[in-house]
This record gives sequence, C-alpha cells and structure tokens, in this order.
Amino acid sequence: MIEIKNLHASVNGKEILKGINLKVNAGEVHAIMGPNGSGKSTLAQVLSGHPAYQVTQGEVIFEGQDLLDMEPEVRAHAGVFLAFQYPVEIPGVSNSYFLKAGLNEIRKSRGQEELDSFQFLKLLKEKMKVVEMDPSFINRPVNEGFSGGEKKRNEILQMAVLEPKLAILDETDSGLDIDALKIVSAGVNKLKSPANATIVVTHYQRLLNYIVPDFVHVLVHGRIVKSGGKELALELEANGYDFIREEMLQSA
Amino acid sequence: MSESIEELVSQEYKYGFTTDIETDTIPPGLNEDVVRLISKKKNEPEWLTDWRLKAFRLWQTMEEPRWPNLKYAKIDYQSVSYYSAPKQAKKLNSLDEVDPILLETYEKLGISLTEQKRLSGVAVDAVFDSVSVATTFKETLKEKGIIFCSFSEAVQEHPDLIKKYLGSVVPYSDNYYAALNSAVFSDGSFCYIPKGVRCPMELSTYFRINASNTGQFERTLIVAEEGAYVSYLEGCTAPMRDEHQLHAAVVELVAMDNAEVKYSTVQNWYAGDKDGKGGIYNFVTKRGKCAGVNSKISWTQVETGSAITWKYPSVILQGDNSIGEFYSVAVVNNRQDADTGTKMLHIGKNTRSTIVSKGISAGRGNNTYRGLVSIGKNATGSRNYTQCDSMLIGNKCSANTFPYIEVKNSSSSVEHEASTSKIGEDQIFYCKQRGINTENAISMIINGFAKEVFKNLPMEFAVEAQKLLGISLEGSVG
Ligand SMILES: Nc1ncnc2c1ncn2[C@@H]1O[C@H](COP(=O)(O)OP(=O)(O)OP(=O)(O)O)[C@@H](O)[C@H]1O
Ligand SMILES: [Mg+2]
Repeated sequence: MIEIKNLHASVNGKEILKGINLKVNAGEVHAIMGPNGSGKSTLAQVLSGHPAYQVTQGEVIFEGQDLLDMEPEVRAHAGVFLAFQYPVEIPGVSNSYFLKAGLNEIRKSRGQEELDSFQFLKLLKEKMKVVEMDPSFINRPVNEGFSGGEKKRNEILQMAVLEPKLAILDETDSGLDIDALKIVSAGVNKLKSPANATIVVTHYQRLLNYIVPDFVHVLVHGRIVKSGGKELALELEANGYDFIREEMLQSA
Repeated sequence: MSESIEELVSQEYKYGFTTDIETDTIPPGLNEDVVRLISKKKNEPEWLTDWRLKAFRLWQTMEEPRWPNLKYAKIDYQSVSYYSAPKQAKKLNSLDEVDPILLETYEKLGISLTEQKRLSGVAVDAVFDSVSVATTFKETLKEKGIIFCSFSEAVQEHPDLIKKYLGSVVPYSDNYYAALNSAVFSDGSFCYIPKGVRCPMELSTYFRINASNTGQFERTLIVAEEGAYVSYLEGCTAPMRDEHQLHAAVVELVAMDNAEVKYSTVQNWYAGDKDGKGGIYNFVTKRGKCAGVNSKISWTQVETGSAITWKYPSVILQGDNSIGEFYSVAVVNNRQDADTGTKMLHIGKNTRSTIVSKGISAGRGNNTYRGLVSIGKNATGSRNYTQCDSMLIGNKCSANTFPYIEVKNSSSSVEHEASTSKIGEDQIFYCKQRGINTENAISMIINGFAKEVFKNLPMEFAVEAQKLLGISLEGSVG
C-alpha cells in the first residue's frame, strides 16, 4: 500500500525526520509510538502534504504513485486520510456541508457520481451510528465549540464517511474518555478490511488493546529505532523509552 | 502558499469593459453655472434649482472629512465632469426605444432589461453614468399604485412627493459629500409604495459608470406609506480605468407606521489594480427614517468593490417600537480601503436595532468598522445588539473597529461583541486533506464567516454575492 524510503523532512530549516523507512501492506495495522517531539505528527503531516514541511530527501510510494508529488487534496482523492491530533475549527460551515463537499470531490475524482443532499444525509446518519454520535452534530459548525473528545470522534466520523485506503490516526485516543475510546476503536475496527490499512500514532498501550496492531514501531529523534509485534507496546508501557535509548547507545 | 493561489490572483475584474457610446458630457469643473446647467438640462422647477444652489454654496464652505481611516490623494473637484448622459431620444415611451448598445451593455452585465426575458420578477431601473436609461415592469407596478421610475422623471411627474421628501432624511447640509451630491446629482431612482401595499416584486437599481473622468452622483428616494412593504436591491459596476473616479450618492428611505423597507446592496465598483492604480472612490450617504410606529428599515450590504469606501447606512428610529437593522460584509483586497459601518439613532420608545458587521481583509487591504449606537433619553426600553467580526487573510492587511456608544436612559441596553480571526494555512490544509481544493476551501471558509449576513439577502442576490466574494478573494492567501 505505502512504502516510505529514507524520508527526511524539515520545518523552518530544522530537520525533524531523519531517514524514515516503513512499509505498510493492505490489511495491516501499524502503531507508531515514541516520546514527545520525536516526529510522529510530522510524519503524519508530511504524508498528507502539509505545506509547512519540506521534504529534503527520500521518497514515498503510495499504490504505485509518487505520493510526495501530489497536492494534499489529490492525496485525499487517492485515499489518504489523516485524523488530526488537533482538529481545526471552521466557523459557520456545517459539519455536513463540509463533509459532503469533501466526499463529493473524492467521488468526482474517481469518476463516481456525486451524492445529492438526501443520499448524503442518509449515509451520514448511518456513519454517525457507527461512532455513536448525536445527530445534533450534523448542523453544528465544523469542530467549533466541540469538546476535545467530540473533535476526535468527529475525525473518525469523517474517516467513516470518506472510507480511505490508508488512515493515519494521530493520537486519536488522547482526550477520549474510557467509553468513548471503546466506541471509537470499535468504529475503527468495523471499517477495517483486507483492502485498507491503518497507521495509529499513540502514546498508550490502552488503545492498542482495542485496535490491535500487527506491527509496532518506535520513533525517536526522527528515526524508527525499533520495530516489533504488538508485544513491543507492552514492553514500552512497562519500561518507558529508556531501555531503547540504552540499546541504541550499546549498539552505537 | 502554493502556485494554484498565485494563478488565482490574476483573475480579472469581469465587468471592466467599456461601452462605446456617444455622450452628452459637460466639461470638467464646478461652479454655480454648472449647477444651473445640470438643473436646466433636467428641466427642473425653480425650487429645485434653488435647493441645489443652496447646497452648492454650503459645500464650498465645508471641509472634506479627514477623520476616516482612509488613505488617498486629495481629490481635485475641479477636474471632474459633473454630468454625462448617453445621447438618446429625449423621452422614451417604451423599452424598445432604448439604444441597443445600452441594452447590450446590461446584457453583458447579466441584467436583462427586456421584460419578457426577466422571469425572476425583479423590476430594474438601469442608471448609466448619470442617467436612468430604462425602467422595467413599470406598468405592472402602476396597477398597484406603486411608483418606480427615474428620479428625473419623478421630478416632472410627481413634484409634490419629491418636494415633500427630498432631503427629509439626509439634508443637503448633512455632510460634505451629501452637500456635493445635492448640488450636482443627475439621476437615480424614486420609489413610492402607497398605503397598505406590499410590493409584489423586488425593485432594483443597477448603476453603471462608463464615461471616464466623470463623477457619478445619484439619489435614491424610497417612501413606504403606512403598512407598505418593499424590498429593494442595488447593484453597481464600472469599467477598469487607470484614473480614480468619484462616486458620491445619497439614498433616503422613509417608513411610515407599520411599514417596512428592506434595502440590499451588492457593491462591486472597480476596485483598482493590485498596486492601487485606478478604482472608484465611493463616498455614500445612506440613511433611513423609521418615521412611524412599528416600522422597520433593514440595510444589507455586500461591499467588495471600490478603491475607497466611505459609507454608513443608518437608521433614525423615531417611531415607537421601530426596528433598525444593518447587516454588512465588507471585503478589501490588494490596496483597497474601506471605512464603513452604521449609525442607529434611537429616539422613540422600545426601539430595537441589530448590527452585524463582517469585515474581511486580504492583500494590503485596510478595513475599518465605524459604528454609532445612540439611545436618547426618551427612547426608554430600547435595545441594541452589535456584533463585529473581522477576518484577516495573510499578514499585510489590517482590520479596525471603532464602536461609539451613547445611552442616555437607564431602561435601555446595549450589547457589543467583537472578534478577530485569521484564515489560517491550517484551516485550508484541513479542507484539502478532506479532498477540497484551495479555491473552494477559501470560499467555504469565507462564506461560513459571512453566513449571517448572506441569509438576509434575497435568494438570487445571495448566490451572486457568494460568488463575488470568492472572486474578490481569489489568490489572497499566501
Ligand atoms: N511548524 C513547526 N515549527 C517549528 N517546529 C516544529 C513545527 N512542527 C513541528 N516542530 C517541531 O518538530 C518536532 C517534532 O514534532 P511532532 O509534532 O512531529 O512531534 P510528535 O512526535 O508528534 O510529539 P507529540 O507526541 O508531543 O505529539 C518538535 O520538536 C516540534 O517542536
Ligand atoms: Mg504529535
């Protein structure tokens, strides 16, 4: 699905990603963990094309195409979805209007017919059930006045509607209460299929009890320093990142 | 931000063409003879000539206001021509007699003056340079007793009404530009809705400046008698010219007992190029008087054009329980400057006013909201609600808010809310990540911001205004 090769990226001239290598196949779930400021969100933003980040080296192949060459909306059309760590507010624009515009652009790009308001509303209501979201959110302005947890849930609603091939969830669990975490994870699991893949960025093992990863990667100072199965997350939970830093020192 | 935005910046003003037509234009310059000449050309009664002259004499003693937050070179009032009219047969008996070149001009602007072609049910008075060239649906309106015609025609046909109401809301002594307009106004629209009549269609005036080096000074007067209702639309465009052109209009509205006047403007005069060359100087005095009890006057404006805008549509709330409203979206881009807002003057008891102002600044634009809410000592139980929001696009533009509030009794209340936000790279990126391109993202964000104002526009106009907003801001993020 996606292959990241020796990816280097900077922001304001400061190098954040220092050679990331990662391959994700269809049907897989990869978890990325790592200390604050290690570059996890930067990786997510670079993959979705945020203009503040400059790629200085490396390449990313998504479904056989050069991902880095595409405008962010074209990546979205191709099936890349980012659930933001900090979802953005758009005052005065209703959640449904916004999402309908996005979905129809994506459908158009694939030669599918656009949905009219009735068809869209029906779809939206179905998807809202999946993440157990109150219908009052249909007409509220995008993320405006939403609580932290509601914003995160809204991201997963958008993912459910847009049905991406590759979903990158950046700390979707932070801000969710325990019940919401279960609901949102169940939602993510329901959307999983052999044809799509998920990259979950998180700090906590707790989320990975619900969304079980096939692989866990540890990102430190802009590099993936360790990869393993789901048990790696348990190790991290028990020992923190120090043992990795020590391993790195020993091998250096 | 990205190339696509750069491309969009170069979008041309699409109404910038000129019409090649023979005109009757008087030489530049202003003195009493010019005032008399204009009055004579229009075959006006003596009292009106005198009124103009009084205005002119007063104007000469007045100073151009310097308090607005606007920067422009001093205007040489002697270099402007004060009268220009397309040459045509003196009196038109039907639309068929209108010069086809003029009809074509309006077609090009998207306004059809041919009645059978207009399905939308909007009656139009078309003002070309200083003169009204055609008014549609006159007969239909006449059946209801509604008068809708050019100002010049009204002076001839309904002198009593003009004499009674001209200057009754905006006296010629009101301000510098109003005095100038009163001296040299050439045409405009007049509209009279008799007692108890609800005007069955939207009335509209479309102003077009064509001639170069000419000022446009029109007057609009709308009177709604007891229990009458009218919704009025005003649109305006001008060709792209390198020199600045002066536009100083006066609009007066009168609402008697239980009457309602709704006045909507989409102002799209040429704004000048991106370096500030050319563009219209728009100095307009608009005021409505809620003369009767329970009357209502509502101003809605979408201001996207003009190099300089100086405009404060106001309401005098004289009748008890009367209502004044002001909804405004003002956009400045490139080098545009706007100083706009409203005055709500509460005189009667239990009067209410609402002000919603949305200022959008982009490029090197400079946007100022200036508003006065005054609640007099007899205006007991009155209320005002003001909301003033500014949005900045990019970091070379500016927004200012100057609210003035005077409350002279203790049973009234005034509420003021203000906010400033910035359209961010992050908002646009968020939209793009969901599949929406930059252009649509900006238009979506801006329209969301201005929504409360747009919903007050008549449907047809709202759609046009939304598109216009998109066009005037294209390429402004980055
Ligand atoms: N726009 C920016 N300008 C300056 N520095 C930035 C910018 N974006 C990211 N950084 C810096 O890059 C580094 C990596 O940030 P990033 O957000 O990717 O970390 P993270 O791994 O997601 O951390 P967290 O776990 O706290 O979310 C940090 O030091 C951050 O301050
Ligand atoms: Mg992060």
